[in-house]
Amino acid sequence: MQSINRMKIEFDSKSTNEAFARVVVAAFAAQLDPTLEELADLKTAVSEAVTNAIIHGYENKPGTIYMECVLYTGEIMVVIEDKGVGIEDIEKARIPSYTTKPELERSGLGFSIMESFTDSFEIESSMGSGTKITMKKKFTT
Amino acid sequence: MDITVQQEKSVLTVFLKGELDHHTASKIKDTIDLLMLESSVKMLILDMSEVTFMDSSGIGMIAGRYRRVKSLGGSMSIRNANKVISKVLKMSGINQLMKIS
Ligand SMILES: Nc1ncnc2c1ncn2[C@@H]1O[C@H](COP(=O)(O)OP(=O)(O)O)[C@@H](O)[C@H]1O
Ligand SMILES: [Mg+2]
Repeated sequence: MQSINRMKIEFDSKSTNEAFARVVVAAFAAQLDPTLEELADLKTAVSEAVTNAIIHGYENKPGTIYMECVLYTGEIMVVIEDKGVGIEDIEKARIPSYTTKPELERSGLGFSIMESFTDSFEIESSMGSGTKITMKKKFTT
Repeated sequence: MDITVQQEKSVLTVFLKGELDHHTASKIKDTIDLLMLESSVKMLILDMSEVTFMDSSGIGMIAGRYRRVKSLGGSMSIRNANKVISKVLKMSGINQLMKIS
């Protein structure tokens, strides 16, 4: 598929950047004229992936988060990547309510939200080298 | 995230304004937990009318406060959640633990 537009940024693994990442993606996606609900879903999914990179990937220690967005006709692809610890068992991590950090009041619903709030969602991860989340969201307008 | 509290006897109402994510959840948690420590709270009400965004970190924060108020023999409810917030609340199944309006 031919892309219409593309952008790539990197930012520090800091919790203030969760809101920053949501706003950036929403502003970029605006070119495709999404509905408010589609935009809200996209922002929630982005927030989940960035939060995971900060809390789990980098375990709240300094690091860099990489985010890329590609626009196609009626669709956006968002890739969010960290070079953190990686996921030991992806199948297990995807189970609703599963979390390895219950002491931090995690709900274990991040992956469930990414999956149900987007049209496609993929996890690539390896221990010691990091995690890459690729999400696609279609806009009906 | 702006947090305003109103306490009438054992009823604590917390008005949240802004975006509820991992970054802002800890401030809400600390504020509510301190108030529950300082006085006897039997009913915790979260007013979400001015919350414009919430993700699963908000669910974690709400579930944590629920456990806490329940351990004190109290209960919790959520009011004025907009459409976007309700969608996340419903997904979490938290509507089975407390009243949401
Ligand atoms: N970027 C990441 N790096 C390492 N581990 C991750 C990452 N994202 C998710 N995980 C693992 O997957 C689990 C489930 O993630 P999620 O569904 O978002 O729940 P939560 O963040 O509430 O724990 C996490 O508890 C963690 O063990
Ligand atoms: Mg998560």
